Amino acid sequence: MTHLPLYQQLLDTCAALLLLLSFAMLSQRRVVTLVNLYAVQGAVLAAATLLLAWRTGEGHLYLSAALTLALKVAFLPWLLHRLIRRLEVYWDTEPLLNVSGTMLVGLVIVVFAFALAQPITLLASTATRSAVGIAVSVVLLAFLMMITRRKAMSQVIGFLSMENGVFFGAMSASYGMPMVVELGVALDVLVAVLVLGVFFFQIRERFESLDLHHLEALKEHD
Amino acid sequence: MLLLGCVALLLGWAGIGFAGLLRPRSVFFTGRILFPLGALLGLALAALGAASLAGGGIERLVLPLGLPGLPMHLRLDPLSSVFLVLLGASSGGISLFAGGYFRAGEGTAPGLLCLQYHLFLASMGWVLIADDAYSFLVAWELMALSSYFLVVTQHRIPEIRRAGFLYLLMAHVGAICLLLCFGVMQGGSWLFTFHAMRAAHLSPGWASAAFLLALVGFGAKAGLVPLHVWLPEAHPAAPSPVSALMSGVMLKTAVYGMLRVGLDLLGRPVWWWGLVPLILGLFTIFYGVLFAAVQTDMKRLLAYSSVENIGIVFTGIGLTIVFAGSGMRVVAALALLATLYHCLNHAFMKSLLFLGTGSVLHATGERNLGRLGGLIHRMPWVAWLTLIGTLAIAGLPPLNGFVSEWLLLQSFLFADHLPHAFVNLLIPMGMALVALGAALAGYVMVKFYGVIFLGQPREASLAHAHDCGWLERIGLAWLALGCLALGLAPLQVIGALGAVTRQLIGAVVPQASAHWWLLAPVPGRPVSYGPVVFLTATLAVVLLTALLVRLTYRQRVRRAPAWDCGFGALTPRMQDTAEGFGQPIRHLFQSFFDIERELPAPADRAPRYRIAIRERIWKLLYEPLSGAVERLANAAARVQQGRISVYLLYSFATLLVLLAVALLS
Repeated sequence: MTHLPLYQQLLDTCAALLLLLSFAMLSQRRVVTLVNLYAVQGAVLAAATLLLAWRTGEGHLYLSAALTLALKVAFLPWLLHRLIRRLEVYWDTEPLLNVSGTMLVGLVIVVFAFALAQPITLLASTATRSAVGIAVSVVLLAFLMMITRRKAMSQVIGFLSMENGVFFGAMSASYGMPMVVELGVALDVLVAVLVLGVFFFQIRERFESLDLHHLEALKEHD
Repeated sequence: MLLLGCVALLLGWAGIGFAGLLRPRSVFFTGRILFPLGALLGLALAALGAASLAGGGIERLVLPLGLPGLPMHLRLDPLSSVFLVLLGASSGGISLFAGGYFRAGEGTAPGLLCLQYHLFLASMGWVLIADDAYSFLVAWELMALSSYFLVVTQHRIPEIRRAGFLYLLMAHVGAICLLLCFGVMQGGSWLFTFHAMRAAHLSPGWASAAFLLALVGFGAKAGLVPLHVWLPEAHPAAPSPVSALMSGVMLKTAVYGMLRVGLDLLGRPVWWWGLVPLILGLFTIFYGVLFAAVQTDMKRLLAYSSVENIGIVFTGIGLTIVFAGSGMRVVAALALLATLYHCLNHAFMKSLLFLGTGSVLHATGERNLGRLGGLIHRMPWVAWLTLIGTLAIAGLPPLNGFVSEWLLLQSFLFADHLPHAFVNLLIPMGMALVALGAALAGYVMVKFYGVIFLGQPREASLAHAHDCGWLERIGLAWLALGCLALGLAPLQVIGALGAVTRQLIGAVVPQASAHWWLLAPVPGRPVSYGPVVFLTATLAVVLLTALLVRLTYRQRVRRAPAWDCGFGALTPRMQDTAEGFGQPIRHLFQSFFDIERELPAPADRAPRYRIAIRERIWKLLYEPLSGAVERLANAAARVQQGRISVYLLYSFATLLVLLAVALLS
């Protein structure tokens, strides 16, 4: 094995942590812990961005790191915690697929994602194979989490985690997206969470629960 | 310049339509001002078309309208000119009639009706001058939509809404076929102007596919069996001027499209293509006239008669293609002439008849033939003018229906010269079917006219029937005049249509006779027809007979009650009914009909006799088809589970599959 420079080792560590956190989220049923894990994921992402900014010396990456820290570590977790308290959803019910099954599917997905990362890595000289592979894995694992959960709250966190994966992928493949796009995405996420928060209240008011299977009656055809 | 004039007139129609929205509730404004104005524009359009036809030239125009990079191509050539004349001249009469016909309180408000009506007219004109697939299809769809709204004018009645839906459905099935047809005809150039399609070289297989798609697409609009099912539903549902316009003019735009694609855009046709419209057309004639004979609703009867006439027209198209594909140009020109002539004729006579039924409907509120009768005494104008249309459509000389059917039969006689074995023996048999169709059409028209206008009124309420107003009279008279003119001046009409046969076939029908009054279009055969001579002779015989009868029997006329077989109380309800008149046909061709009878029991105190005749085609074709579509739709509906997880899973699986495809390729 070749000797990697320090910053590369640190970056790979961050990537590994992200993947680990994704798996942790996949297996976690306590909603509060889920939000905390999301906040930690945000912190790792901010650290990776900072590392990259220091390495490349690009000013907008510092800004991006600061934005990540403010939004994903502080503001959104605070918002979600508040929502949890007010809606009183501390636990998700049993997922559609049990935890060990989900983990196995997740493993297969990671293998697939790494296979997928191969051609992308060849195209982008800046990225390491593991970083891109992990970014795709995070996106797909978050997607998997959205599929297997019943409560709307967990699905929103899955959605946010997916955005983390996209962000990490863009950063490791091409040193981040243009500033305008990054700001736009950040705003989108913020607005999405706010709107979904409103939806939660409406759903709970209507069905007295946040369990999404109540929405199944809305289909047209039997 | 003529083309610009046409565009201006079409825009004028659209403008009149929108002007109707200024005072949407005013019957006077729309009926006495806008509709007559529209009729004037129609006559102007006919004049422009006639001028272009006389010139025989081709004009092109590119308007920078529509989608960016897709300007609108327009073209005026002899073929479109003929149909512009047809549209303008017959719509002139129909619009005048409509001005007096539409009243307040009939479903859609008059102003809105005026908009739909004039947009319908303008889109039909636009179809005729379109020179690229985009503007053609846009106009085609506008035509379908505006006529749909006109059909459902009385939208509060569920049957009418159902009829409208059926019409819209068939229109869309046809439009999809046309879309595919144009897609095939661009031949890989991805240019959708008709000019590019003429230049495209299609392989024989693709060309045949395009032809058959066009046949289905235009056949659905024209009412070719088995795609005719919307006609007998939509025509009775629509207000009479709209029925007249749809039957008289709109069906002809489909004929125009068929000629445009089959003889112009696809280049030289393959001879066997013609066999398909020929066989379908012959079957349509027979089928249409049989069903017309057993109808008891007067507008339904006319709708089936339209089906029959479309059969005649498609038979003509089929013959034209067979002859043209076999290199027999002059005979092909003769068949094309018969086709075009019949289109013109049918536009006038069928509009006239539909408008006549409209007047009867307004005067009596009754469409059922069993409750009409004796109206010639109450409504002499309508009755006498309708008589002209009735005689014309029955194919009696010296009126126009005879000329075109005669020409068609003449062109059939040349089929034995075809260089294809068996076909040259079988096609002349089609002539027998055309002749049978013509005879049965006469039978149908006797029933139509006799039951409505002759005899005694079958209901007491018919005593209050009133004749139509003056605008309606002018409209009816204009159309009747058209029938007379087309019947009495066939030479002039054929001379004018020569420009079209020269354009599409490259040949004209020579006039073998030196006399201006004698029509002898068949080269090398001693057949001729002199309508003026015929009319003069007929009139002379009738007048002479009347004179003789008068002279012989004057002062010796004795009036006495009719012998009633000793039964006594004769009532008008004992006249022959529509059912009774059609009974022999119903009996002879029983296997064609899906008959449902309700016969009273012998001891029944209040006996009721009911008979319902449906088309077998519903059970044989459409019901299995709609069942299959429904099953397929239900199977597809299973995708909708209502669970967010499942929907997410769909996206997830799609994403994975796409990524895998990207990975493997």
